[in-house]
Amino acid sequence: MSKSVGKSAIRVDAYEKASGRAKYMDDLCGREALIAKICHSTIAHGYVKAVDTTAAEAIPGVVKILTCFDVPDIPFATAGHPWSTDPSHQDVADRKLLNQHVRYYGDDVAVVLAENEVAAAQAVRALKVEYEELPFVLDPQEAMKDGAPQLHEKYPNNILAHSSVQRGDYESARQEPGLIKVEGWYDTPTVQHCHLENHGCFAYEEAGRVVVVSSTQIPHIVRRIVGQALGRPWGQIRLIKPYIGGGFGNKQDALYEPLCAWCTTQVGGRLVKLECTREETFVSNRVRHAVRTHLISYVRPDGTIVARKFESFSNQGGYASHGHSINAKGMNTTPQLYPCANVECDSWTVYTNIPVGGAMRGYGIPQAMFAAESHADDICRTLGISPLEFRRKNLMPVGFTDGFTKNELYHDTFNQCMDKGIAMMDYLRKYEDYKNQTGPVRRGVGLAVFWYNTAVWPISVETSSCRMVLNQDGSLQFQTGETEIGQGCDTAYSQMVADAVGVPLSDVHVVSTQDTDITPFGTGAYASRQTYIGGFSIIQTGQALRERILNVAHEQTRMPVSNLDLVDGQIVRKSDGRVLKSLGELATECLYSTEHSQHITAETTAQIKSNAYSFGCSVVEVEVDIPMCKVELVKMVNVHDCGRLINPALAEAQVHGGMSMAIGYGLSEELKFDPKTGKPLNNNFLDYKLSTMLDHPTLEAAFVENPEPTSPFGTKSLGEPPACSGAPAIRNAILNATGVAIDVCPITPHVLYRKFREAGLIEE
Amino acid sequence: MYDMKALYQAASVEDAVSLRMAHPEAQIIAGGSDVLVQMREGKRAGAELISIQTLDEMRGVSLEEDGTLRIGSLTSFSHITRDPLIQQYINVLGEAVDQVGGPQIRNIGTIGGNTCNGVTSADSASTLFAWDAIVELTGPQGIRRQPIGEFYIQAGKVDIREGEIQTAILIPKESYANCFGHYIKYAMRSAMDIATLGTSVNVRLSADKKTVERARVAFGVAGPVPLRAVHAEELAAGQPVSLELAEKFAQAVKEDIHPRDSWRAAKDFRLHIAVESAGRAFIESVKLAGGDL
Repeated sequence: MSKSVGKSAIRVDAYEKASGRAKYMDDLCGREALIAKICHSTIAHGYVKAVDTTAAEAIPGVVKILTCFDVPDIPFATAGHPWSTDPSHQDVADRKLLNQHVRYYGDDVAVVLAENEVAAAQAVRALKVEYEELPFVLDPQEAMKDGAPQLHEKYPNNILAHSSVQRGDYESARQEPGLIKVEGWYDTPTVQHCHLENHGCFAYEEAGRVVVVSSTQIPHIVRRIVGQALGRPWGQIRLIKPYIGGGFGNKQDALYEPLCAWCTTQVGGRLVKLECTREETFVSNRVRHAVRTHLISYVRPDGTIVARKFESFSNQGGYASHGHSINAKGMNTTPQLYPCANVECDSWTVYTNIPVGGAMRGYGIPQAMFAAESHADDICRTLGISPLEFRRKNLMPVGFTDGFTKNELYHDTFNQCMDKGIAMMDYLRKYEDYKNQTGPVRRGVGLAVFWYNTAVWPISVETSSCRMVLNQDGSLQFQTGETEIGQGCDTAYSQMVADAVGVPLSDVHVVSTQDTDITPFGTGAYASRQTYIGGFSIIQTGQALRERILNVAHEQTRMPVSNLDLVDGQIVRKSDGRVLKSLGELATECLYSTEHSQHITAETTAQIKSNAYSFGCSVVEVEVDIPMCKVELVKMVNVHDCGRLINPALAEAQVHGGMSMAIGYGLSEELKFDPKTGKPLNNNFLDYKLSTMLDHPTLEAAFVENPEPTSPFGTKSLGEPPACSGAPAIRNAILNATGVAIDVCPITPHVLYRKFREAGLIEE
Repeated sequence: MYDMKALYQAASVEDAVSLRMAHPEAQIIAGGSDVLVQMREGKRAGAELISIQTLDEMRGVSLEEDGTLRIGSLTSFSHITRDPLIQQYINVLGEAVDQVGGPQIRNIGTIGGNTCNGVTSADSASTLFAWDAIVELTGPQGIRRQPIGEFYIQAGKVDIREGEIQTAILIPKESYANCFGHYIKYAMRSAMDIATLGTSVNVRLSADKKTVERARVAFGVAGPVPLRAVHAEELAAGQPVSLELAEKFAQAVKEDIHPRDSWRAAKDFRLHIAVESAGRAFIESVKLAGGDL
C-alpha cells in the first residue's frame, strides 16, 4: 500500500511557514486585546504580605490589577499528562493561579491588565510588593537535609517522590573476589527549551464559555487543566491551538492558559493577551531538571558488570509539574541499557527554590545517558578495555524484553547502529591514532548510546482519534488530536492518510489547528509518540473510510465490494484492473444523489496497549585546545533505529535538531542562579549560551530501519531520541583526547580550566 | 512597543548639539542595538531620545591630509570591515568588529555607539586602545580631541561633556604606519557573544624584520575599562623577534591587568586566557608584519 509513506515529501506547511503566511497565536489575536503582564517575585522564598497597587493603578491605560490575594483558592496541577481517574496516579496540585507563598525567584505574584504593553510594564514596575522572606535552598541534596527550608507542607524534607528498582542481591554480589569498583558522580545542568516562539495565549468569553487560543502542544489536556484551575466544568472551556513555534516539552504543561482564562473572567470577558518575554520563558515557564547521579559498578577484569548501584537526585524547583516522572524514567533506563543481575536503584525528586522542572525533549534520558555513558567509559578506562567492546559485551542483548512495557529488542540494533556510526567516523583508526598524543592541541573520538520509549503506555492511557471527511472532488480533510509543533507530524500523517485511504498525497488536506470544540480527542505532542500512536487511529479510520467508499462504489457500479479497490484516488475493478471511475466522480454523485445521498466521513478512536524501544548512538570527534580550554566539534554522527522512516528528509531534520540540542547540553548551556539570592543570572540569549551554527560541525544523521512489529507503519520514536546521547559522546571524546574525565556538563571552558589544572595539563 | 517619552531627530551635527543643549537628559541613539535593548529592559524606560541616525556626514572612513585615518562615528561595523582604507592600514579593527554579535547587529551597530557605551567588553575598544586612537567630540565650543584612554572614565562612563556628541574616531599615521595587529576574542561561543576577554596586539618590526621596534597590547574585560599592558610593551620594544620573547611578553601582561571574579568568569581563568591570548596574538602579529617565527 506504500506510495507516500517512505518518501521525502515536502512539508505540507512549508510554503505557509517560509513565506510568513502561517498564523500563530499573536497573528490571530485582536488588536483590542488587553495586555496582561505578570509581576514576578523578587525573592527566592517567602510570603507576600501585601501588594500596594496605588501607584500602578494611577498609570493611564491600566484597567485592572489582580494579586495573589484575589485568586480562587484552588490548587491545581499543571503537568501535561493524560488525566487519570485513579487519584493516586494524578499529578500533584501544588500551586494557585498566583501565589502568596512564593517558592522561587520569578514566581507569579500579581498580574496587570492594561490597554497597551507600555502601560502594563510601567504598572508592573510600580507595584510595591511586601514580602516576609524565608531561607531558601537551591540544591536537592541540601533540601533533603533535616532543617532545610520547607517548600510544601505535605512533603517532608522536600521529597516530592522517591522510587526504587531492585534486582538480585547487590550487597552479596559485590563481595565476589577480584571485582573492581568504579564509582562516579555525574552532574547535569538546568537548561531551558529555547523554542523559537515564546509561550503566549489569549482568552475571551463567548456565550458563557471561556475560549483560549494558546501556543501549546496539548490543547485537550490544557482545556481540562483550565477547567480544573478555574473550578468550572471542562465543557465550558474551549481551547484552540494554531501553528506554534516549537515547544520541546515546555508547552507540554499548562503554562499561563489558566491565568489568562481567569483574567478574562475578571474583566467581563474582554479579550486578554498574555505573552511571555524570553526572560520570563527562561524562569517562569519550565526547565529541564538538573540531575545528580551516583553510579557504582563492580566489574570483572574482562568488563562483565556483576553488581551496580544507582542513585539520582533531581532538582524539581518550586512546583511539581511533571515531577518524579522524569527522574523515574531516567532511573528505569539503567537496568535495561546494561542489564545486570544485581542492581539497586533509588531516585529522588526534590523541591528546591529554583524554576520549575517540567517535560523537556528526552524526559530524563539525556541526564541518565550522560551519567550511564560517561560511567561506561570510566569503567573502560579503569580496566583498559575498548569502549566499543565494552558496549558490545554489556548492552541489552537481542531478545531482551522489559516485563513492564513488554518492549522487546527484536533485532541486533545496537550493534547495527554502532557499526554504521563507527564506519562513518572511521572511529577505530582514530581511537588508536589519538591514544598517545602530546602537545597543546589534541584530538579525540567518543561514543555513546541510548534507548528510548515510544509512548507512555502502560504508565498512562494511550489513545488517539482521527476524523476524515471526503470532499466532492475526491480529496479529503483529516484531523487528529495530535499536534503539529514544528516536528512535521502534519506531513507524516498526510502521507499515512494517503496510503491508508488509497489517494494521492495531493488529495489529502490536514486540518492543522486543534480546536477542542471540533477536533476529535487526542492528548497532544509529547513522549515521541505522535507518529507511532497517530498511525493506529489513521490506519483504522482510513480503513473505515475506504469501506464506506467501496460500499458506495458497489451501489454505483453494481460490482461486488470484494472485487473493488481504491488505488491512487481511482475506483478499480480488481479482476481486470479497469478504472471504473475516479473517487471524485463517486463522491460527487454520492453527495448529490436524489436516491441515496451520503456525506462520506469516518471517525474512530484507537486505544494503544503497546510501546516500543527506540535505539541509537552518537559518535563524535573533537579537537581540544588545552591552553585555551576550548573544545571544537570536528565531526558528529548520530545513527538511529526508529523503525521504518515515514519521511526520510524530515527524519534527518529531526535528528539534526536533537544533535544541536545535545551540543548545547554538552558544551555550553546552563541556567545559573546567584547562590546568595537565588536570582537567575543569565535568563537571556546573550548570557545563556545556546550554541550557534558556528559552534556546529556538519551534522550527519544515519538510520538503521528495522520495522517495528507493533506499529501499523513499522515506525517508532524519533522526536526525542536525537537529544539523548550527544553530550556523553562529546564528553567521552574529550576523555579520549586528553585523558581527563569530566563528570559534569556543560563542559565549558571554565570547567576545562579547573580540570586541566588538576590534571597538570595547565600550569598554575 | 517602546516606552519612549520623545524622539528628536537631528538634521545635522550642529542640530544634534543644539538638541543636546535643549534636552540635557535625552539619550543619543544611533543604531539602537544597545539603547533599545536597555529601554525594553526598563533601564531607560520613558527616555527622551535624540536620533543622529540619519547624519551621513558622520559616516564613512577617509584619510585626512596629514595621513590621519578618520572613521565617522556612525560607520557601522560591517562597513568598517569592508572598507578598503581599514583593510589597508588597520585590518585588525575590521576583523575585531566583524566579531560583534551577528550580521544584523553588525549592520546597525556603530563604532561610535560601541565606544560611547563605555563597556570594557566592546570588540572595537581594545584595538582602538592598542592603536592609540583619538576620539573626536563636537560640542557648542567646537571640536575637542581626546586620546581614547582618557575618554573612558569608568565602567559605563565616558568623557562626553555638555552638548557634545562623538563625531569620529581618528588613528594618527604614526600609529598605524607599518603596524600589523591581531585580535583574539575569547568568548563562550563562536558567534552572538560578548567577549569574556578581548586581546589586541600590534607590532612594528625593523626593516630587516628581525627586531620588534614597537609592540602594543590592549585588553577588554581585564579591568573595568579597556587597558594597555605597558610593562609587556616596554619589555618587547627593541628586542629581537623570537618565541621566547613572545612568552616573556605574554607573561608580562600580568603586571598590568586586573580582571575580576564574576559569575561570568573567574579571575584566575581570565588571567590565564589573557597570557595565552597575548602570546598567540603577538606571534600572529609578528608573522603578519613579515617576521619569521
